[in-house]
Amino acid sequence: MKSLGKYMIFLGRLVSNREPFRVYRKLFFEECILIGIDSLTIVVLVSVFIGAVMCLQTAFNLVSPIIPKYVISLVVRDMTLLEVAPTFTAIVFAGKVGSNIASTIGTMKITEQVDALEVMGINSASYLVLPKIMAGMFMYPILVILAGFLAILGGYIAGVLGGVITPDEYIYGIRSDFMQFSVTFSIVKAFVFSFLIVSISAYKGYFTDGGALEVGRASTKAVTNSCIAVLIADFFLAQFLV
Amino acid sequence: MIEINNIQKTFGDKKVLHGISAVFEQGKTNMIIGASGTGKSVLLKTIVGLVPPDEGNVLFNGRDFYHSNRDEQKSIRREIGMLFQGSALFDSLTVAQNVQFPLDMLSTMEKDEKEERVRFCLERVGLSGSENKMPSEISGGMMKRVGIARAIVMNSQYLFCDEPNSGLDPNTSIVIDNLIQEITHEYNLTTVIVSHDMNSMMEIGEYILFMSEGKKVWDGTNDDVVHAESEILQKFIFSNKLMRKYKSNS
Repeated sequence: MKSLGKYMIFLGRLVSNREPFRVYRKLFFEECILIGIDSLTIVVLVSVFIGAVMCLQTAFNLVSPIIPKYVISLVVRDMTLLEVAPTFTAIVFAGKVGSNIASTIGTMKITEQVDALEVMGINSASYLVLPKIMAGMFMYPILVILAGFLAILGGYIAGVLGGVITPDEYIYGIRSDFMQFSVTFSIVKAFVFSFLIVSISAYKGYFTDGGALEVGRASTKAVTNSCIAVLIADFFLAQFLV
Repeated sequence: MIEINNIQKTFGDKKVLHGISAVFEQGKTNMIIGASGTGKSVLLKTIVGLVPPDEGNVLFNGRDFYHSNRDEQKSIRREIGMLFQGSALFDSLTVAQNVQFPLDMLSTMEKDEKEERVRFCLERVGLSGSENKMPSEISGGMMKRVGIARAIVMNSQYLFCDEPNSGLDPNTSIVIDNLIQEITHEYNLTTVIVSHDMNSMMEIGEYILFMSEGKKVWDGTNDDVVHAESEILQKFIFSNKLMRKYKSNS
């Protein structure tokens, strides 16, 4: 509870007594590259392969003459939109971006760079963290949309090349019983998860004290706590929105 | 001038500052000395506003920092320059960008003016030609110089230095000490240095405040320090051979 309270106060500091917006503009674009563009490779790889595996596993488990083949791609689509694209990518995102944020801010903390900002009269929490959160919330939904598309594409490639489903059946399955709300749900999740991952990781980094060992610990805690927060949020969002 | 009155600070059960009062005059290099763990750095951080005291106040030319509103505190902070123990340069910025950083954040200067000011400050600390180097490409002494340039770039009135000689060889230490003293006199700054370097104290300490176990034990000038009656101070100063030799010669 104490940590939760400290986290809330930390979030309050991000918006109170912040610097003018012109200061954040350049930082925002730099963070977009760091958080979004630099995560592309891992997101592309993970999405394509997970989509491929999902398709093959579903096909393997749906061996029944009464179940039409297009159900395979329908399952791949729904799993991708509801869980794989927003949640699975969030775990990967926490590992890549969360650890980077925590270790960067943690190192700045132990080398007194954060103190240097404070002495200049700059709100260090706001200056360092707010652009990251804004960039995370801007870029992560884009990554999720991309991950969704690539996972479905991965499923298509694996399914068709593996001979488990024809291209027409796959496309038909993708289109059948499609609910637009699944996409909205996925994007809502993306906003919530990106906020949690970036803010928790920044919080862990910002309150690092000690040396290199503590920076390593902060980085590990950032990833584990972010993942836990994402899974809890995933449960509550499913409760509220479905 | 900086005046500190009855500064007290406790961390958990441990009281680290026991009601310290002092006056640091303008145009002088004021030094806070003492053994490791006596609360020197905490006192310095309290003065610059990084660690709020439990009791007491800090006055910058009569303006009470801890009893001012946020805007007043911000304006006082913008008159402060600080050189950190590890220099605290921003890793991702070049030397020139580090020095220009306070101007980018806090001033309304035009780009050309900023660049001119950065050039001037780097020249003043003897670092012309190193503008485009990254902090990882320069030596410890150079990093301290960049730290000093960054501290004075905003025309600061107050300069704080936390262990400016730590990690430096004796020659570079003297260069840094002299640079700090020259800048203090040249710009009429109120400079406060935390150190346990006896050479620095004897070289540039115009006012010395000696602390032990969070208490102010003695204060005075570097001429008086060797003759001070405090036993703890004498033990601290003459703990090394060089200083004992200096005392016997004087």
